Amino acid sequence: MTERKTPMLDELEKGPWPSFVTDLKRAAEKNDSVKDLIAQLEQSYEEKKGHWKHGGIVGVRGYGAGVIGRYSDEPEKYPNIAEFHTLRINSPAGWFYDTKTLRNVCDMWEEHGSGLLNLHGTTGDIILLGTKTNELQPTFDAFSDAGFDLGGSGSGLRSPSACCGPARCEWACYDTLDVCDNLTHEYQDEMHRPMWPYKFKFKFSGCPNDCVASIARSDLSVIGTWRDTLRINQEEIKNYANSGMDIQGRVCEKCPTKALTFNSETKELFVKAEDCTRCMHCINVLPKAVRPGKEKGATLMIGGKSTILRSAFLSWVIVPFMPLEAPYTELKDLIARIWEWWDEHGKTRERIGELIYRLGMGNFLRAVDLPPVPQMVKEPRANPYIFWQADEVIKADEATK
Amino acid sequence: MSRTDLGPPDYKEMLPPVIKENYGQWLYHEYLKPGVMKHVSEKGDALYTIRIGSPRLVGLDTVRELCDLADKYCDGYLRFTSRHNVELLVSNEANVDPLLAELKQKGMPVGGTGNSISNIVHTQGWIHCHTPATDASGIVKAVMDDLYDYFTHDDLLPARLRVAMACCLNMCGAVHCSDIAILGIHRTPPRIDHTKVSKVCEIPTVIASCPTAAIKPDPKNKSVKVTEEKCMYCGNCYTMCPAMEIMDPLNDGIAILVGGKVSNSRTAPGFSRLAIPFLPNNAPRWPEVTEAVRNIVETWAKDAKKGERMGEWISRIGWERFFDRTGIPFTDKHIDDYIFSIPTFRTTTNFKW
Ligand code: HEM
Ligand code: HEM
Ligand code: SF4
Ligand code: SF4
Ligand code: SF4
Ligand code: SF4
Repeated sequence: MTERKTPMLDELEKGPWPSFVTDLKRAAEKNDSVKDLIAQLEQSYEEKKGHWKHGGIVGVRGYGAGVIGRYSDEPEKYPNIAEFHTLRINSPAGWFYDTKTLRNVCDMWEEHGSGLLNLHGTTGDIILLGTKTNELQPTFDAFSDAGFDLGGSGSGLRSPSACCGPARCEWACYDTLDVCDNLTHEYQDEMHRPMWPYKFKFKFSGCPNDCVASIARSDLSVIGTWRDTLRINQEEIKNYANSGMDIQGRVCEKCPTKALTFNSETKELFVKAEDCTRCMHCINVLPKAVRPGKEKGATLMIGGKSTILRSAFLSWVIVPFMPLEAPYTELKDLIARIWEWWDEHGKTRERIGELIYRLGMGNFLRAVDLPPVPQMVKEPRANPYIFWQADEVIKADEATK
Repeated sequence: MSRTDLGPPDYKEMLPPVIKENYGQWLYHEYLKPGVMKHVSEKGDALYTIRIGSPRLVGLDTVRELCDLADKYCDGYLRFTSRHNVELLVSNEANVDPLLAELKQKGMPVGGTGNSISNIVHTQGWIHCHTPATDASGIVKAVMDDLYDYFTHDDLLPARLRVAMACCLNMCGAVHCSDIAILGIHRTPPRIDHTKVSKVCEIPTVIASCPTAAIKPDPKNKSVKVTEEKCMYCGNCYTMCPAMEIMDPLNDGIAILVGGKVSNSRTAPGFSRLAIPFLPNNAPRWPEVTEAVRNIVETWAKDAKKGERMGEWISRIGWERFFDRTGIPFTDKHIDDYIFSIPTFRTTTNFKW
């Protein structure tokens, strides 16, 4: 164990924002691995260089995912973090906890690991930061007995995540928590025993505000929407107007489709439903007066990912509207077709969006049996390089028949 | 014998009674003050949410303290957000002010709602990853210290501000659609350890991993070689092969991208675009980074119309003006030369001076 001065990290205890260094130091009082972690981190700060080796293959029985191997590159200097592995623990949908459960997480992690964790990882798991190889199985056993399971990693499904949805948001157009939970349980094998070309993520947002950033951060983005007209409560519009809200300026003029008109005499707001693209702006500004419509469901989009490898993609619309009711059969059938096509054609480390880009959206849509609709594109192609299918052209031998 | 494939705990058991009883029946919400929301249901029940910032990387003491607060004021329930904030869920209105007082006394920041900066979504950095070009937690701490008032107030900014940080191009923080993205970058090609390549790496996989086809076999050394002009330092080869060292303390640093968003509100979601190609890695408090972020935030705050997100402001004034008003120099680095570059070139005579 290396006790050393940490003048650089100490600087990060100053200032009003809660300090991770303070948390590290408190954890170090109880755990020697954290003392070494702090010392190694100080060295990184001095040298401007990380000190972790490439992860090796470690795991727990029956799983090919959920554990990331981590080893210090100076194990003689920092013996207590020679092994310092991560476990990803699948969080309950929406990140709600009762304190009994959360305290239990603390007790188990105090017994088996460093006592450091991320609440949460960017994908949404509880990230347990740092334990030894021989503690991995006991940690898993304890968490499993307490009703937890590992999240995803490697070339498999990542732990799906959801916005707080109907639990606390009036705008949720489907039950994000239930879909997330249902699909996570359905696809345990895909999460825990990775066997695909690469990773795959689902994220569930209840409305186009997209609070879990599903459009940017998931391969299959499920974003709540409605098919009919948004609902306006004229009484509440009057209240907003009377309280000084500039409805014309802040709402009507900002509506991207100019679908709203405000009658400043009667203090009534009208929407031209066929023009509204359900952007949420008027609802966000007038939450008491405007609500989504009644015919609710989700827009499904595919391909979202960050830069690695072939640039970042935002997800593309593939199903403009799908009602989502348990047991979500239509959604699951589509997912099965998508995965089958990706699994068959994807190269190693090729995300579904990159595969669609390589082989063409047309091929993808035909393979997964989705009808082309104008909602899928901003505008049609500008080039005439159309790939015709064999059954769409007349073969010479048929023509002479 | 432990059970496998149990899946996550049942979220229904984690919901406070007021949520169970009003599930799917929320009618509207309002912001009472920064960090404090009130949700009202069709039945008339109310739920108060108090949002507090956290460093995300926490120890057990902090988690237990949060549990103590939730036990004392929230019937034992709390939640976390997609941006690493903590939300204390209060069903009894009388508990709101005492809770706020205790949070204040403990120095826990309440805010992140409405027109504010929320917590910075971020990654592991030097704490726990092998490819970082910089640390994540340290920069986040320095930037949030600097922009603290914009977290605890909701009337200082034109709109919400979402900042994200990733410590390398793998972007575990998925920073590519943020109002401001802080991104660790490498700037030199991998250094190959020829004695190790054939032992620890699968050569065809390494070659295939390179997006620009910069890696070629080097049969003489039983290794690979890199065509340096083609390399854009993504580190993807290093992910596949530990003998392709990508970290370079002399040259690693930070890039800043701006103007992206994920919400569909008003304008379509869009990517963040390069504002500053490189800032030095000056640990422990990265003054060049905090200053650059503050400059962008304050220029936007001064110049944007009410309700205008960073990207909406930039598209109204134009990128020419963005560089003008922020004083950030425009360089050859800003002009895209990767695969989707063409649509970013200007194809009209309409531009500003
Ligand atoms: C090997 C070192 C790496 C470490 C330590 C690491 C760490 C992490 C962690 C802890 C998370 C959060 C996981 C969760 O919440 O379940 C994460 C998410 C993520 N990682 Fe990594 N990662 C590594 C490599 C990579 C690579 C090679 C890529 C890209 C090819 C990558 C891209 C991402 C992305 C895009 C996300 C999450 C985005 C989201 O769900 O919004 N990471 N990473
Ligand atoms: C009932 C109202 C809403 C609820 C309950 C809600 C809930 C949430 C929560 C809990 C978060 C994580 C927040 C954090 O930690 O900072 C979040 C993030 C977010 N919200 Fe909302 N939100 C609401 C309204 C809105 C509105 C009006 C917009 C857009 C105009 C919006 C867009 C976003 C975005 C873009 C994020 C960040 C996603 C990311 O980049 O990680 N939300 N929302
Ligand atoms: S995505 Fe929509 S439904 Fe979900 S929490 Fe955000 S605003 Fe509410
Ligand atoms: S939801 Fe958006 S597009 Fe529809 S009326 Fe409101 S502001 Fe206009
Ligand atoms: S962004 Fe890069 S350096 Fe940071 S945690 Fe992810 S893989 Fe590691
Ligand atoms: S760093 Fe990226 S571009 Fe450079 S050789 Fe490696 S994989 Fe290719």
